[in-house]
Amino acid sequence: MASSSSSEGEGRRAWVPLASRPEFAGVTPLPQDDGPSPVVAIAYRDDFRETMDYFRSLYSSRELSPRSLLLTSLAISVNPANYTVWHFRRQVLEALGADWTEELGFTEGVAKRNAKNYQLWHHRRWVAEKLGPDAASRELEFTRKIFCLDAKNYHAWSHRQWVLQALGGWEDELDYCAQLLEEDVFNNSAWNQRYFVITKSPSLGGLNAMRDSEVDYAIEAIHANPENESPWRYLRGLYNDENEAWLNDSRVHSACLRVLKAKRNFKFALSTLLDLLGLGFKPNQEIKDAITSLRTSDLGEAGSDSDLANSICSILGLEDPMRANYWTWRKQQASSSS
Amino acid sequence: MGELAGDKHVKYILSVEKKKDSFESVVMEHLRLNGAYWGLTTLDLLGKLDTVDSDEVVSAAFSGGFGGNIGHDLHLLYTLSAVQVLALFDKLDVLDINKVTDYIRALQNEDGSFSGDIWGEVDTRFSYCAICCLAILKRLDSINVEKAVRYIVSSKLWMAGLVALLVQIFCYVGALAITGSLHHIDKDLLGWWLCERQVKSGGLNGRPEKLADVCYSWWVLSSLIMIDRVHWIDKEKLIKFILDCQDTENGGISDRPDDAVDIFHTYPELKATDPAYALPVDVVNRIFFGRCST
Repeated sequence: MASSSSSEGEGRRAWVPLASRPEFAGVTPLPQDDGPSPVVAIAYRDDFRETMDYFRSLYSSRELSPRSLLLTSLAISVNPANYTVWHFRRQVLEALGADWTEELGFTEGVAKRNAKNYQLWHHRRWVAEKLGPDAASRELEFTRKIFCLDAKNYHAWSHRQWVLQALGGWEDELDYCAQLLEEDVFNNSAWNQRYFVITKSPSLGGLNAMRDSEVDYAIEAIHANPENESPWRYLRGLYNDENEAWLNDSRVHSACLRVLKAKRNFKFALSTLLDLLGLGFKPNQEIKDAITSLRTSDLGEAGSDSDLANSICSILGLEDPMRANYWTWRKQQASSSS
Repeated sequence: MGELAGDKHVKYILSVEKKKDSFESVVMEHLRLNGAYWGLTTLDLLGKLDTVDSDEVVSAAFSGGFGGNIGHDLHLLYTLSAVQVLALFDKLDVLDINKVTDYIRALQNEDGSFSGDIWGEVDTRFSYCAICCLAILKRLDSINVEKAVRYIVSSKLWMAGLVALLVQIFCYVGALAITGSLHHIDKDLLGWWLCERQVKSGGLNGRPEKLADVCYSWWVLSSLIMIDRVHWIDKEKLIKFILDCQDTENGGISDRPDDAVDIFHTYPELKATDPAYALPVDVVNRIFFGRCST
């Protein structure tokens, strides 16, 4: 359990009670009114209690002043998820005519310890909107820094996607995805972003224009790590709503075949072939043989499962036993449609 | 296989409020009502809701919607927690249901989405909160359900299956379940994505290549139940994973084995919980069918 002498402690050692700070002279702190019989009462620290007592006071009197701004900073540092404080801060910033760039700097400080906080990102977006397209490069840089610490931070990815669509900055995004995937080819967020870029970037021509090269890219990643779920899903996504094209792209089933022949990590290769069969794919003998050779002795005679899809489901039921019921269901689906 | 150390968990939950100087007690201050919901529902599932004085809980001030804590602005997330807590104690009648309904209805936007509060942040989480809350209060007809559903369905949950935060999936599915709109979902595709979250340890992760976390048991399982695909995961292995996350000495459950416990992960066996309303099944039965819990 985190102790109170964590990094939070630094701020507290230097804590000067608000009651003795001249800038808050004249403010009457407003204690929290929990009623006569408080339930799930929280045992607040003294600095927290004092900060919030002062906040309540200035908030209830709607004082939109520099000292209110300071107080929201203090309140955010003791509880960065208090959405009321953040909202009041926005009111103060607008009333005072804020330096928005400076405010970005404030959020960066908060993000250092709270990179997954909803209120923080909501606020950051609000500030970036104030700055407009000029903010784009700083926002991209900011999220890039977050990804250095956590390459899958969902809030940061959502923010980055919003920035690209609202403020621009697409030029280097595909390269950035490539870089992230070089660092970690299993980073599903990076694959997700790549898909976002190739489908939405105004400068790349859209999915149809990008499909060909992206198929090669995905297949290369597949062969490097066939157990990597992301490039398989990415590959499928490249043919979203284009089943005919997916069926007819020989690179797809050739990639599956190559993985099967290696006889390891073939789960996604088999399930891809299963999906293809469901759409009417007619495999050649080489693929049929590759599948058959994966049957283990548990499955009995190869001849007893003349249906290839059935065979695949049987193999997967053993290969991926956690999802045995799913593969049984797929088998039923395959038989009922044949 | 181990056992659920029910008594230890009860003790843990009841002791949580007493930890002064605890980091969590401060940063979760805004989640007090939410924390109350998690803790109290757990107690109910463990058959120990009577260890808490229901009158005390219910005597909190009401003013239409609810905030995360006293002095916090009204917010949809906490309004749901409050309504759920009252439902647990079968005290929904203390609410001014018209006021709560009006509060929620006012948060629906032109496009059918919901803002979390009057300051405007929009998210499908809030759609779920609004719909669940109003359904519990039997006032679902006070909002434009069709528009709400249309907004949810249009929110890009899927991008070629490389996708969303699990909590978003839960909210998406839950909202559609409650409004009878599950036909909009490709259940087979979503079911496969969800059952793929089960990893070797038996636990569930949130996205490919991420660590398993016991809280995903809730988000994934309830979603799978709602789309009728829960048999696609290995239940025994999941149970073992969850039991391994218990602190059998001091009570409480952590996100994964050997991590520290906290109240938000101490949300146990789901068979007794209604997946759409996130409340014990007997509570939901009581709301909709008027049966008393035994």
